[in-house]
Amino acid sequence: MSEDKDQNNILEEVTSKEYQYGFYTNIEMDTAAVGLTEETIRFISDKKNEPDWLLEFRLKAFHHWLTIEEPTWAHLHHPPIKYQDIIYYAAPKKKKQLESLDEVDPELLDTFKKLGISLEEQKVLSGVAVDAVIDSVSVKTTFRETLSKHGIIFCSFSEAVQEYPELVKKYMGSVVPYRDNFFAALNSAVFSDGSFCYIPKGVRCPMELSTYFRINAANTGQFERTLLVADEGAYVSYLEGCTAPQRDENQLHAAIVEIIAETGAEVKYSTVQNWYPGDKNGKGGIYNFVTKRGICKGDHSKISWTQVETGSAITWKYPSCILKGDHSIGEFYSVAVTNHYQQADTGTKMIHLGKNTKSTIISKGISAGFSNNSYRGMVRIAKKASNSRNFSQCDSLLLGSKCGAHTFPYINTGNETSVVEHEATTSKISEDQLFYCQQRGIDSEKAIGLIVNGYAKEVLNKLPMEFAVEAQKLLAITLEGSVG
Amino acid sequence: MLLNINNLHVSINGKEILKGLNLRVNQGEVHAIMGPNGTGKSTLAAAITGRDGYEITQGEIWFKEELINEMLPNERANKGVFLSFQYPVEIPGVSMTNFMRTALNAKHEFEGLPIVTAGEFLKKMELKKQLVDIQAKLNNRSVNEGFSGGEKKKNEIFQMAMLEPTLAILDETDSGLDIDALKVVAKGVNALRSNDNGFVVITHYQRLLDFIIPDFVHVMYDGRIVKSGGKELAFELEEKGYDWLK
Repeated sequence: MSEDKDQNNILEEVTSKEYQYGFYTNIEMDTAAVGLTEETIRFISDKKNEPDWLLEFRLKAFHHWLTIEEPTWAHLHHPPIKYQDIIYYAAPKKKKQLESLDEVDPELLDTFKKLGISLEEQKVLSGVAVDAVIDSVSVKTTFRETLSKHGIIFCSFSEAVQEYPELVKKYMGSVVPYRDNFFAALNSAVFSDGSFCYIPKGVRCPMELSTYFRINAANTGQFERTLLVADEGAYVSYLEGCTAPQRDENQLHAAIVEIIAETGAEVKYSTVQNWYPGDKNGKGGIYNFVTKRGICKGDHSKISWTQVETGSAITWKYPSCILKGDHSIGEFYSVAVTNHYQQADTGTKMIHLGKNTKSTIISKGISAGFSNNSYRGMVRIAKKASNSRNFSQCDSLLLGSKCGAHTFPYINTGNETSVVEHEATTSKISEDQLFYCQQRGIDSEKAIGLIVNGYAKEVLNKLPMEFAVEAQKLLAITLEGSVG
Repeated sequence: MLLNINNLHVSINGKEILKGLNLRVNQGEVHAIMGPNGTGKSTLAAAITGRDGYEITQGEIWFKEELINEMLPNERANKGVFLSFQYPVEIPGVSMTNFMRTALNAKHEFEGLPIVTAGEFLKKMELKKQLVDIQAKLNNRSVNEGFSGGEKKKNEIFQMAMLEPTLAILDETDSGLDIDALKVVAKGVNALRSNDNGFVVITHYQRLLDFIIPDFVHVMYDGRIVKSGGKELAFELEEKGYDWLK
């Protein structure tokens, strides 16, 4: 596919077809029937009291989804996912409230402690009733007041649909059209909720949009959708996820994140993903199929992805940038850790369409146990994207001899004035390094944490300060028990 | 007694390298171990510090009246055994400050002492740098990464000063050093000598012993100590070589 065609697809997809699929019936119940049919989608849309255009969007996505197959190109192996055995909508269930932390799984508490998470936050995360004194509601309100002073909109996706339908309509699906891929189509059909963020022209968001999100993190849904728009000259640093281990009864997760950066805007999007990875024998765990993409729509805009991936049984994720504006910049910094039987196929796509565009890819894979860790990245420089540059560095670190690291770079340069550089290394934590640390009194677990954090430093440094510290601990904890 | 090694036999991959070695080191003593290549000098250092793959098939290593044959390397280190490596290892991305602080805190934890604060730690680092006369700006550099040969060896001595071991083993610390670097290293070692600690200085050449004066000199050959004497033995070896001892 030519770059222009690709671009057109992306930009025009949403407006392409008229709605053609009948009427809807109102059903009174709280949980959708098992499986996915048009009725399920009408049910979800109705429950959320959505406008017609959104239902149409969902239905188009669903009908497209029916015509396509799950992708098999990733270096991942899992039993077939039975899409008709999943319940796609259940009224938000109230979690069983626990009386005190004494009732929480001690192993979970131990991890919280190691991560240095405050007691109150531990309670929120593990579902313990929180005292009225430190209610997260008041924290939220404070945030909202500050943000609204600057005209920043930050709310749930459902709220945005109701309150800012024009913005949602304008941008939703403009970066990740439902036709993009199998999981994007699925998400577009059944997404439950997510976040919406809009930074108006010239506004620099005065805070990391993170703490707020962390309070909400316990309720993260199965089919999330995030839409983040930075208007001309705006800046925002957004943090998704949580270092605390996240358990969920839903095995399949298929989220979409879309970012739009208008002229001169800058978006920094950081993720720490620590979904339940399954047990030591590879049983259970979340399948995480995420489509994340941003477009640097205007000239001199910038999107920077930073991710620390430690969780999930399966990670399928390629946060990407479409560099449409001239002089726009895309960055991808990633640390992906796999242990036991985890599998990760992750990387990025940098699609250079504008002139003088620049992208940087730094990927650090760490594999231990019996796990498999793949970097898959594409750098595509369109014919018109003259004088563009990409630098990619993909490093793999192996712990032990039963794990795997793989690199799949795809490079496609359409003009002669652009420069693409790719460097890749594979190394092992050497027995020499371990012994050196041990000889200085550092036990082998701590030594691994130290060495791995040193290895990943370049990426961890890109995280917001407070999160970098937690992410460091998280890396060490994830790899506990990986050396005998 | 600080170190007491009795009839030590050590094998690597089933091949016997040490074949019944005996060595006793008291507090306040400096012992030099000399000998030609491949006689087991570095194997001895590895066995005392507990390196993986060095199998003790017979004999005992006692450290401060405690049998340490089976002890983990980090425990031995925390009890006061230090090895200055012949080839110090690079650890990319880990700053010297972070590395040393982790090590020092591991020792404190082991001894039941409180964790060192950042302020205390940096003060100590400066103090010890002065003591061993190391001018280099270490703090923000990654452990041994991009260090010259001389810097690496000086860095080993600096770490020794920080961790204040009771038994320090210097494995070929002089190798690859020019005379000026050698003097700096020796000066550092001499500054750390006291009546409370002991040194085992493994070296190929007599040269180092001009600057670190040993109390005893031992000659290793084929996995055993074949001759012991005072510092004058080193001069004799320098003159006659090792052949007469075989």
